[in-house]
Amino acid sequence: MAKKLMKGCEAIGEAAIQAGCRLFFGYPITPQNEIPEYMAARLPQVGGTFVQAESELAASNMIYGASAAGCRCLTSSSSPGISLMQEAISYMVGSELPAVIVNIMRAGPGLGGILPSQADYRQAVKGGGHGDYRVLVLCPSSVQEAADLVIDAFDLADRYRNPVLVLGDGLIGQMMEPVEFKPRPPVALPPKDWAANGCKGRKPNIINSLYLVPEVCEQVNHRIAARYQVWEEKETRHSGHNLDSKYDLLLVANGSVARVCQTAIDDLKASGVEVGLFRPISLYPFPIKALREAAARAKNVLVVELNMGQMRDDVDSFLQGRVPVHFYGRQGGMMAAPEEVIEQARAILAGRSN
Amino acid sequence: MQNDLICAGFGGQGVLLIGKILAYAGMHEGKEVVWFPSYGPEMRGGTANCSVVISDRAVGSPIIAQPRGLIAMNLPSLDKFEPTVKPGGLIIVNTSLINRSVQRTDVEVLEIPCNAMAMEAGSARAANMVALGAYVGMTAAVQLKEAEELVRETFAQKPKLVDVNLRALHAGHDFAGAHRADQAPTPEVRS
Repeated sequence: MAKKLMKGCEAIGEAAIQAGCRLFFGYPITPQNEIPEYMAARLPQVGGTFVQAESELAASNMIYGASAAGCRCLTSSSSPGISLMQEAISYMVGSELPAVIVNIMRAGPGLGGILPSQADYRQAVKGGGHGDYRVLVLCPSSVQEAADLVIDAFDLADRYRNPVLVLGDGLIGQMMEPVEFKPRPPVALPPKDWAANGCKGRKPNIINSLYLVPEVCEQVNHRIAARYQVWEEKETRHSGHNLDSKYDLLLVANGSVARVCQTAIDDLKASGVEVGLFRPISLYPFPIKALREAAARAKNVLVVELNMGQMRDDVDSFLQGRVPVHFYGRQGGMMAAPEEVIEQARAILAGRSN
Repeated sequence: MQNDLICAGFGGQGVLLIGKILAYAGMHEGKEVVWFPSYGPEMRGGTANCSVVISDRAVGSPIIAQPRGLIAMNLPSLDKFEPTVKPGGLIIVNTSLINRSVQRTDVEVLEIPCNAMAMEAGSARAANMVALGAYVGMTAAVQLKEAEELVRETFAQKPKLVDVNLRALHAGHDFAGAHRADQAPTPEVRS
């Protein structure tokens, strides 16, 4: 397939199709409506099924059911809708089921606004629902990366039998960029011999997250947590910009706002000031080791986010006081401008910082 | 080398299409491109706009606070975006619908009656193609033949509209060419 200009949301939909997803359940909410719109048009062409559920609660429980039957399935929503899905996500983790969920975030709290925001970082990386669990969180900063990560998300979900969340915002979802779907070599994945998909000739499989015997429930918790340890060793992803320069200041940013930081860094470089960017792509597991390595070469770290400093708290605890951590954020759907980041960077470099 | 612009007008004037054609043309020429629409809560009869970046290197922020170019298809768009244009940038003003001049003195201005010229080309609805042709003529951000190809693709389902839109595109391009020839500095006379 040649390069095509696609909206982030459309590319996410096509990526799911390419990954073999044939079921979509969702409920409309801006700024991600182009995902269900795309799936509604595209799924019937490939023998799949699109269902507009009566609510996010219903949609998320539909993917719980479809996943239990061993099917690759997708739901997408935006912040308030994702909050409504947390119960089902917790049940899917408890039942050890794969699923891919896309959150094209809006500003919050409450109904908030539809413009770009990263206000759900904490909800995404700390679990989100009840119970002691995590989901693997992938955060793209371009349309191509969004497509690539969605395809990876299906494989990761199946490999680890755990939901994977792809986290973007209105900028990622609404902008159009060239995207290409290259043929990928098939990935070897464990068979879904646990699926409740008809038990003729075999012992029934039971999908369940109720463990009333505490010893058993504790074992299940350990089994699930063991996966997260494997993720931390094997599944961290990160990228960067200008990291091979001699920088005194390291920016840490993810997703849409990382692009703004990249522009700021290029402009600073043009005036002879070297600043690096560390961009986590997996927000959980966070690439802690790589962050520490990049930060060890800096005198200061500036975290830039579209929220009140949710990732800053994590970066602070990961760096354990080795480097001073500063923060600059915009909220409510306001996008930080490169000029604002440059001003913050210059202030820190000049020793008059926040 | 980067070209970026904001393209703004009433919903229905086809401003998003101007941006998409520019983005596609840039992509076909092997450049890095981003197209970003205003998707906020807009009023009917209000303004729609998109920003487009066409660049030789990876595009950072797709939100352009200070665009190098502005296509203003109606008055509210000129009012809103005139102050944001980068000094030395370009403002294309659709004088068919805008009855005031640009106040800025530090930008280049092309005043062009897009709707009137589109009518002459065969359809008032092709005003956006006049503006697109004018922008290409002023900036050479993409090649005219790429834009032509995309007009053919865009209206492939309605062949009757292809010629009208191509005529409008060329009218805008020629208008810009004539303007540039007028503005070109007189060659220095050597004695």
